[in-house]
Amino acid sequence: MTATLEALEKTGVAVREATAGDTAAGAAPRWVALPESTGEAAALMRACAEHDLAVVPVGGGTKLRWGRPPERCDLLVDTRRMNRITEHLAGDMVVRTQAGVTLGELSRVLAEGGQELALDAAFKGATVGGTLATATAGPRRFRYGTARDLLIGITVVLADGTVARSGGKVVKNVAGYDLGKLFTGSYGTLGLITEATFRLHPLPPLSRWVRLTLPSSGRLQPLALALAASQAEPAAVELDRPGREGPVEVAVLVAGVAADERAEAMLVMARAVADVPGTAVSVTREAPGWWGRPPGEEVLLELRLAPTGLADALRAVAAWPGAAVRGSMASVVLQVAVPAGGGAAEFAARVTELRAATARHGGRVVVLAAPAGLAREVDPWGATGAMTLMRRVRERFDPDRRMSPGRLAGGI
Amino acid sequence: MTLTTPLREVAARLSGVLEPEAVITDPVRLRTYECDGLTYHRAVPGVVVLPRTAGEISAVVRLCAEYGVPFVARGAGTGLSGGALPRTDGVLIVTSRMRRVLEVDLDNRRAVVEPGVTNLAISEAVRAQGYYYAPDPSSQQVCSIGGNVAENSGGAHCLKYGFTVNHIEALEIVTPDGDVVELDARDPGYDLLGAFVGSEGTLGIATKITVRLSRTPETVTTLLAAFADTEAGGVAVSEIIGAGIVPAAIEMMDALAIEAAEAAVSCGYPQGAGAVLIVELDGPAEEVRHQYGEVTRICRASGAFETRTADDPAERAAIWRGRKSAFAAVGRISPAYIVQDGVVPRTALPRVLAGIDRLAEEHGIRVANVFHAGDGNLHPLVLFDDAEEGAGERAEIVSGRILDLCIEHGGSITGEHGVGVDKARYMPRMFSAEDLDTMQLVRCAFDPAGLSNPGKVFPTPRLCGEVPGVRRGVHPLVASGQAEQF
Repeated sequence: MTATLEALEKTGVAVREATAGDTAAGAAPRWVALPESTGEAAALMRACAEHDLAVVPVGGGTKLRWGRPPERCDLLVDTRRMNRITEHLAGDMVVRTQAGVTLGELSRVLAEGGQELALDAAFKGATVGGTLATATAGPRRFRYGTARDLLIGITVVLADGTVARSGGKVVKNVAGYDLGKLFTGSYGTLGLITEATFRLHPLPPLSRWVRLTLPSSGRLQPLALALAASQAEPAAVELDRPGREGPVEVAVLVAGVAADERAEAMLVMARAVADVPGTAVSVTREAPGWWGRPPGEEVLLELRLAPTGLADALRAVAAWPGAAVRGSMASVVLQVAVPAGGGAAEFAARVTELRAATARHGGRVVVLAAPAGLAREVDPWGATGAMTLMRRVRERFDPDRRMSPGRLAGGI
Repeated sequence: MTLTTPLREVAARLSGVLEPEAVITDPVRLRTYECDGLTYHRAVPGVVVLPRTAGEISAVVRLCAEYGVPFVARGAGTGLSGGALPRTDGVLIVTSRMRRVLEVDLDNRRAVVEPGVTNLAISEAVRAQGYYYAPDPSSQQVCSIGGNVAENSGGAHCLKYGFTVNHIEALEIVTPDGDVVELDARDPGYDLLGAFVGSEGTLGIATKITVRLSRTPETVTTLLAAFADTEAGGVAVSEIIGAGIVPAAIEMMDALAIEAAEAAVSCGYPQGAGAVLIVELDGPAEEVRHQYGEVTRICRASGAFETRTADDPAERAAIWRGRKSAFAAVGRISPAYIVQDGVVPRTALPRVLAGIDRLAEEHGIRVANVFHAGDGNLHPLVLFDDAEEGAGERAEIVSGRILDLCIEHGGSITGEHGVGVDKARYMPRMFSAEDLDTMQLVRCAFDPAGLSNPGKVFPTPRLCGEVPGVRRGVHPLVASGQAEQF
């Protein structure tokens, strides 16, 4: 044990004993290492390979509870000391950054140059690396896509210490395979993301939120389709329904020049489509308080489905007592928070019901976070069509299964 | 022509899985498939098949896998990097008979199509309803969506709207084992869909493609501005981007490219222009109006001596005619030419253009420049006379040096045409052995036997069973000073 720790320390990377707070999806590591560069991370990973240590990468730790518990976890690799924004090429609208930089810090620095990474962080403290590894995105996914659409280059360290890059620092580039895509959503199972390069957008001069409070969910489906098809080009269309009954808030982000005029046009159209007595409307300069935040954290599910399935999805969610739903109603990526009470069997049955109810809309239901006891009878990831290929990719990248083993879909 | 023994075995069994007229073995007909849009790489395919279904493709691929025979997929054959160059010892799987639009679902903003459907046909199927398919490669009238998926095709408007990969929601693919697999953007886990798009046929064959449809913008305004030279035009481009405007497209042509376009299509660009800039703005009317004012002001301030504006499709077509004809048009001013496709950070454009000028002068070769100025994607047209001894070789040298220039300035060897067979040898200049070995892991996961479009993208790849040795070289980007040590 001491020999292993010595070997880790010999790499020059700061290593400490793990404490009670360091668990990854329920698994407790022995040590935590804090590399400061890709080079240090590579040395660390080589030492881990020599000593057969299982590694779980972590950034801000905001989603460390997500996914299945890893089968083994000897070492957490904490990326937060890789906190350098390597270069902001404002003229090229590109930023290269180390993986441990938080999205908050990144947006602060980019804003100084009048630019932004059009990727919303749901959790304060979320890092670039963690956001990529979990493929999280927020409201503006509707207009700008998700992390994979904005990522133009990546540097990773594989389980054996190999350092690999793909892409580059130009937006348009089709040379070679896009490893960035592969690592997006990989939950630390393919390797450690150490650097990323993104394309940027100009900070919009104006942002307006068109807001509607509807007495019920009845007209949300046509409203969602109409807003998504609007030539006023909303950047995001979000809903918030805290309970199964009662009011639903809808907020539409209009960003850019002439945002006031566009917001006004959007408001008129939305009111006409919603067409429900008792609907309150307004345009605000600030986002609603719930904007881009998950509806809860302890038990959190994510639903993705075709836009025309919104009504069915909301109905299915309403059948779950205490469920709060929030998310993108135009792209239909919804997060659902449910109470932690009830047993594992009931939880599994309800997740299965939700999957069945959304299946005909191409629905996917993933249990992002849940206490281990509650989720033990359900596959948190659900079925995926490409499981065999994913498993084969995983075996090639990490044949010894030392990178977050078992955390992802199908136990890969 | 004599077939290899395994290919003969496969050919003999093809009649069991395909209709007789879907198998081509006649040497004269085979020859029509010997190259794609990059005509100086040629190889007559061993056998050509024209399947109609994913099931048939799967059966053909299974046979290839069983006998260890390589196969290459081909759409419309418009590719410019030799990605669909056939194998003499293999089967060429042509998707041209799979051209059905299977489903159009406007509420869900998507269409499901077969791989042989042309890019433009998708937009045409939904245009009347106010939708279109955004990626628009220059060859969109003929190129197939299956080929677009393989190449991750771009086009003039990808500055604002992105590439093929940003507009594909799901794929049905036949893997190199012959399995039919669904890749869906909604699936959790690795983004295999994203990795497949742009893999140039080396990870399998797309047999059904779900594309995202985009809403037609409320307003489109196209501006043409004439400058004394590309330097002045380049200043305008930087100012436009610096003003926080993301146009749908910003295209530039230099004097030689304009000369060619005038000779070919009489596009009537302003007399005496050393460079023209085409800026297309689209989106909500209020926004476009505001941006149009800004762009016009910037162009004038940067020295534009004439500007023209198009607000309707006919006027817009007139402005675009010169640009869209540019590649073919150089045929009017040069017997032969090489179309290059490199990318540099936009801010490096002036330096790289000056570098191209120097190269051209040094080698006594003319280079016409047409480029997507907004994203730094250059398409230098290297002109030469193939009747003149040594001219082709000199053109090749200039063409290769241009790529070196792109790499030195932190760019890429290809922005949209792909690596194919043409640029595989340049990959080690852009990527380290470790990078390429890691990419190869993906290849091995999908295609351990290396039968799907072998010889493309990667120079002499490692075999999948081979254990990599320890690499201790300096990364080429580090060596050239383009990246810091890790």
